[in-house]
Amino acid sequence: MLPDLRDDFPLLARSVRNGKSLAYLDSGATAQRPHAVLNAMDEFDRLHNGAVARGAHLLAEEATEAFEGARGSVARLVNAASPEEIVWTSNATAALNLVANGIGNASAGQGGAASSLFRVGPGDSIVVTQAEHHANLIPWQQLAARTGATLRWIEVDDLGRHRLEQLGSVIDETTKVVAFTHASNVTGVVSDVAAFVARAREVGALTVLDACQSVPHIPVDVQALGVDFAAFSGHKMLGPTGIGALWGRKSLLDVLPPSVFGGGAIMTVTLEETTWHPAPTRFEAGTQPVTQAVGMGAAAEYLMALGMEDVAEHERRIARIIREGVSEIPGVRLLGPVGDAHDVLGIATVAVDGVHTHDVGQVLDDLGVAVRVGHHCAQPLHKRFGVTGSTRASAHVYTTEEDAERFLAGLASVREFFGVPA
Amino acid sequence: MSSLEQMYQQVIMDHAKSRHGAGLVQLDLPAVGESHQVNTTCGDEVTLRVGLDGDTVSSVRWEGQGCSISQASISALTELVEGHSIEESEEVYEAFRALMGNRGEDLGDDRDDMLGDAGAFVGVGKYPARIKCALLGWMALRDAIAHAQAAGVEGETHG
Ligand SMILES: Cc1ncc(COP(=O)(O)O)c(C=O)c1O
Repeated sequence: MLPDLRDDFPLLARSVRNGKSLAYLDSGATAQRPHAVLNAMDEFDRLHNGAVARGAHLLAEEATEAFEGARGSVARLVNAASPEEIVWTSNATAALNLVANGIGNASAGQGGAASSLFRVGPGDSIVVTQAEHHANLIPWQQLAARTGATLRWIEVDDLGRHRLEQLGSVIDETTKVVAFTHASNVTGVVSDVAAFVARAREVGALTVLDACQSVPHIPVDVQALGVDFAAFSGHKMLGPTGIGALWGRKSLLDVLPPSVFGGGAIMTVTLEETTWHPAPTRFEAGTQPVTQAVGMGAAAEYLMALGMEDVAEHERRIARIIREGVSEIPGVRLLGPVGDAHDVLGIATVAVDGVHTHDVGQVLDDLGVAVRVGHHCAQPLHKRFGVTGSTRASAHVYTTEEDAERFLAGLASVREFFGVPA
Repeated sequence: MSSLEQMYQQVIMDHAKSRHGAGLVQLDLPAVGESHQVNTTCGDEVTLRVGLDGDTVSSVRWEGQGCSISQASISALTELVEGHSIEESEEVYEAFRALMGNRGEDLGDDRDDMLGDAGAFVGVGKYPARIKCALLGWMALRDAIAHAQAAGVEGETHG
């Protein structure tokens, strides 16, 4: 069980509208940062800042050590086979684009024969799912448009779970890439990764996992999952903004063509051509966000010290309170499985009958309860549920039962406030 | 009155329910223009049609979906500008924009009278994220008037 961690997070002590204490239930969008992360970044900036892998002086050495140490921490959090399998990116979106653009470049001939395993073209298909965040949809739409491949998708059922019976037909011999989310940022439903991977392997397709909502909340072992790539963001796992990571199998990363070009990523440059470093360096052209990487590394250490099993258990408990609670409020519809489902993260997303999500969020905000409103960058999934927007409460390690109760009480008052007949 | 109550004044709640001008119909007027506007942050949208008779905004009809602020604002502007000149509607728009930028305070001059029911949106100015909601209909109105004017000119030259 997790102890009460609120004191670790300085921001949670501030008051918000009308002097109310803060019930922060928008961690799915961005999480708050503990002292451990803030201090690590502060200490780096004050004492160790220098040019990573470029200088010959002490500070450059210390900065390099901090930067690579952070990579090691993130690698341990997701059980990568080695730190070289972690590529720093600016966020999950950039990580997913790195893979899609790399495949696009390989398809255009970049990387030659070594990169030919990534080639897609007319007659091939790329498979996504109806539950994707736009960050794991648009790059694949673009790749399909660029290469002439066809984009297909796996649908979800009325509760937001993937219709696994479609895997056999939608993923076929033409499929080169299967990109899917590990956990939905709307319903919180955790995907059956093994089923996707098994089918993708049958047809020799690459698998790309959007692990943005899973890595911060549940144990993730990329080797056990069996996918080829996984993307996640620092700011959702208690780290800073401006940093994220792509994990990939080393053998694949080493031959995936880069799509951002510049200094630091190259082995030798002549005026005619360039040979790239192996991963991860080949993808890290230009000066990197070192302070942020240090912060993300500290966040990984903080989470590992808590224990991801305990983190998951804590959030499941909060989820149970919220999900069961909203199911009992008249006129409120939970998007996703109702009640204590085993495969759902600490997220509860609701549509309130007769009240627009912006108005719901405003009433909650007035009570000091911070939630997300809108379509959460998942328009196709909202369309599937027959709504244009929704209101989402999402938990993290610091979320308390009281936060959950305040959300429920606020939500229960919304329809009356707007005079919607019961 | 709390900030929340100041924002959702009864006048606004009433407009959100009664929605003046709601329902897109054919407008049989010399110059008609239409505009579709979307608030990309939340997906709210409105399609608004304006019929001009010379310099007068004779008719405003619209169809939209969105939060109570955006819907009420379109309803209130419909009441305000219908039957008035394009110039007057532009003045009301300028006053409304000024109100939105006034951090929850009345403007304190005769523009408050000019705004009529739209003055009730004063509380929205305290919430930067919601100002776009209140302005959505106004964007559509001004765009539709521009289209109607262009259509009117074309009608004259070709007619
Ligand atoms: C499931 C999922 N994928 C991708 C992203 C994109 O993350 P970022 O904006 O940090 O790149 C998010 C964040 O909202 C998400 O929830």
